[in-house]
Amino acid sequence: MSDHAAPDNFEDIIRRALAPVEPPEDLPARLETTLRSLTELAADELEGWELSSMRDPRNWVRPVAAVAIGTAAGAGLIVLGWRRQHRRQRNVRAAAVEVRRLVRR
Amino acid sequence: MDKAEIDREFSELYRAHLRDVYSYSYYRVGNHHDAEDLTEQTFLQAYRHFERAVEESNGRPLRPWLIRIAHNLAANLYRDRARRPQTPIEDNTTLSAVHTTEDLSRAGTSSRGSWTGSRSFPDDRREALIMRFALGMDNREIARAMGRSDGATKVLIHRAIKQLEEIVNVRQAGRR
Repeated sequence: MSDHAAPDNFEDIIRRALAPVEPPEDLPARLETTLRSLTELAADELEGWELSSMRDPRNWVRPVAAVAIGTAAGAGLIVLGWRRQHRRQRNVRAAAVEVRRLVRR
Repeated sequence: MDKAEIDREFSELYRAHLRDVYSYSYYRVGNHHDAEDLTEQTFLQAYRHFERAVEESNGRPLRPWLIRIAHNLAANLYRDRARRPQTPIEDNTTLSAVHTTEDLSRAGTSSRGSWTGSRSFPDDRREALIMRFALGMDNREIARAMGRSDGATKVLIHRAIKQLEEIVNVRQAGRR
């Protein structure tokens, strides 16, 4: 998520929060293999494919890289305008995170 | 349509909309693990009924039909899990979208509140927003996917955006 964009309206925040999600790299190949094999089966044989095969949910936390923090010495020199812009970007990012949480299960 | 033609057309459909179905699934179920399963099941179901769907579509795009299949499968998944609870609600707040330590901290301290808030955001509004913003579907496509009129869909999306904005504004104000 880029910090450069500072959306002016809430729809932009939602768009940012709900960006399309790329499927894992191995999913297309796996799915194509399954579909190819299924073309050989009669339709009634497909009845066995049910959602019950869904695996149990696992909560996982993606490892988050630590953010390098600059030296404190230069902090006092940061201009007010930069602070204001940074605060705004942070609010937009926080809003996008909130939107994603609310919309996603 | 002969079988070779069906398979060829289905392959085109699959390639064109794999990311859409996956994105929808991901935002519906909240984790990549189940999203993969849901995507796979959706295309398997779609393949079963593809020929009839093509005949009945009268040339209209099949994306809403695909998303509707994913929606039904996701609903079945939630229904099945509701019958046999597996994890505490607190554990259901995934943090997969968190990108910074600041976000992680924020998510950690408000996970319970977020869950409560998301439960108060109706499913149909949630779905409409996913289709509009994650998949880029227009009102007509969303209406077809949700089995509603174009007008009702427009109102639904408008209300969903407004409600979401109100919730986010209240929460952000509470943090300041």
